[in-house]
Amino acid sequence: MSTAPPPAVPVPAEPAAASRGPSGLRRRRRREYQLFLAFIAPNFVFLLLFAYWPVVYSAYLSLTRWDMVSPVKRFVGLDNYADLLTDPDFLGVLWTTLLFVVGVVAGSLIIGIATSLLLNQRLRARNAVRTAVFAPYVVTGAAVGTLWLFIFDPNYGLLKPLMGAVGLNAPAMMTDSHWALIGLIVVYLWKNTGFVAVIYLAGLQGLPRELYEAAELDGAGPWTRFRRLTLPLLSPVTFFVLVTMVIQTFQAFDIIAVMTGGGPANATSILSWFIYQQGFQTFDAGRAAGGAIIMFAVLLTITGLQARFLERRVHYR
Amino acid sequence: MTGTTTAPPAVRRNRAARPVQYVLLVLVAVLAFGPVYWLISSALKPGQDIYRYPPEWIPTRLRWQNFADAWNAVPFGHFFVNSSVVAVAGTALELLFAVLCAYGFAFLAFPRKRLLFLVLLGAMMVPGNVTLLPNFLTIASLGWVNTWAGLIAPGLGSVFATFLLRQHFLTLPKEILEAARVDGAGHLRTLFTVVLPLSRPILVTVALVTIVTKWNDFIWPLIVTNSDSMRTLPIGLLYLNNVETSQNWGAILAGTVIVVLPILVVFLLAQRHIIAGLTQGATK
Repeated sequence: MSTAPPPAVPVPAEPAAASRGPSGLRRRRRREYQLFLAFIAPNFVFLLLFAYWPVVYSAYLSLTRWDMVSPVKRFVGLDNYADLLTDPDFLGVLWTTLLFVVGVVAGSLIIGIATSLLLNQRLRARNAVRTAVFAPYVVTGAAVGTLWLFIFDPNYGLLKPLMGAVGLNAPAMMTDSHWALIGLIVVYLWKNTGFVAVIYLAGLQGLPRELYEAAELDGAGPWTRFRRLTLPLLSPVTFFVLVTMVIQTFQAFDIIAVMTGGGPANATSILSWFIYQQGFQTFDAGRAAGGAIIMFAVLLTITGLQARFLERRVHYR
Repeated sequence: MTGTTTAPPAVRRNRAARPVQYVLLVLVAVLAFGPVYWLISSALKPGQDIYRYPPEWIPTRLRWQNFADAWNAVPFGHFFVNSSVVAVAGTALELLFAVLCAYGFAFLAFPRKRLLFLVLLGAMMVPGNVTLLPNFLTIASLGWVNTWAGLIAPGLGSVFATFLLRQHFLTLPKEILEAARVDGAGHLRTLFTVVLPLSRPILVTVALVTIVTKWNDFIWPLIVTNSDSMRTLPIGLLYLNNVETSQNWGAILAGTVIVVLPILVVFLLAQRHIIAGLTQGATK
């Protein structure tokens, strides 16, 4: 930046252009249009090539049968979708995805709100705690997965003495198909809670004090104030958190890859894992693309529904 | 108004609640940071102490050899270089493109600009998982599988960064830009000598969030690389997990610390920026 060219000789560009009348103005305008296109071109080229084109191409691939090596992609119409939606394995994947998303999103919201209420009190060291709570959200997912594998290790993990202290036997968390999904949800809750809490905290700090004083005068207890004032006032925040969390959770991958690889016995195989596995382990491009398009459709629908549903409740501000 | 008459009971109630709140605060802090502490402290212990029962809360003997074990078990040097190149070069390019694009949308005229902006925002609706397979095929047809170019290219378009920068550019005082124009500065010069210096905080925020995101990225590097020498740190960690068995947690945990430490340091130094950047959309 220090090597910027020396200030140019002040050219009276504007008056000259103006004196050239409408054609000069038009030329200048055209130049600005070209400049605009040149400025946005790099970003748009990459977005079109790596965000928009993939949707079109996935939609096409989902109508074919292809092993990703043979030169021929056989067109099969909607067969992949018909197969997927009648395949008990895939329906199982959808069910697991639903449990996982609901568990993670609802859990992060509840724990996150509770944490934000606590951090909103005038307590010593609350800023340090806020930092500690947010840190897991930026820690590399692969590392988070490894760390929790260690904690959940049935022989040497921390879970064993902790549960032992209250007289319980620690399960083999990630290798027992009854527990693996729960273990995974716990890990994602640990990672996400700080994000939710910090967003709600910002919301809480922007709420008008007088309303609360008035409500207290009217004899409203803490729970009533929370339900009748805080939650409705924060509904725009809830909307944002909900949409962000749902989209993020649907795409959860790294921790699953490290901790379970979709197992044991498909217990943690959610849609994002399924797409990867079909595409890059069994090389079934049609099914992978079909799964991807289904995910896209589900996310669009959920986002749309959330927007509509919350539109009616969000208008307090 | 009547505050003075009602304050005392409220204050008293508050005081009674204080100890409970502090207990909860400590609990939250332990739950949040305890696992990270356990990771780092265990990574420093010799094997017997890692596997000790009941657990040893504070390491008594340090074993730095764990880090050497991890470093020798898998090519961490390569991983480190690859991760750094991808994060730094990727962020620099993404930011450059975002800055140009945001400047265009903020200050240059174009018919149907709003429509184009919606096209830009629409890209945010496309989940990364949906793009995996086609992007792999695109990168393969370019011959970029297992290269830095292949690792970096698909992440170069940005909605988030462009959007935030444009929002900020629009808040800049118009007079300053006018003054630059009157001085004969073209748009590129206005951008680099006037607009960017006035946007330093938002640039830092966007750069940090972008670099952290790229450093942590997992699924794309997993797909687009296939040799140890091209893997990034997160994939290397998965590899280390597979190479070492659970009998050698020391090395695995040390490897995990190697991956996490740069991120934690950056986060602690610049948490204000990072938190603001990551939670931006909520308060826009």
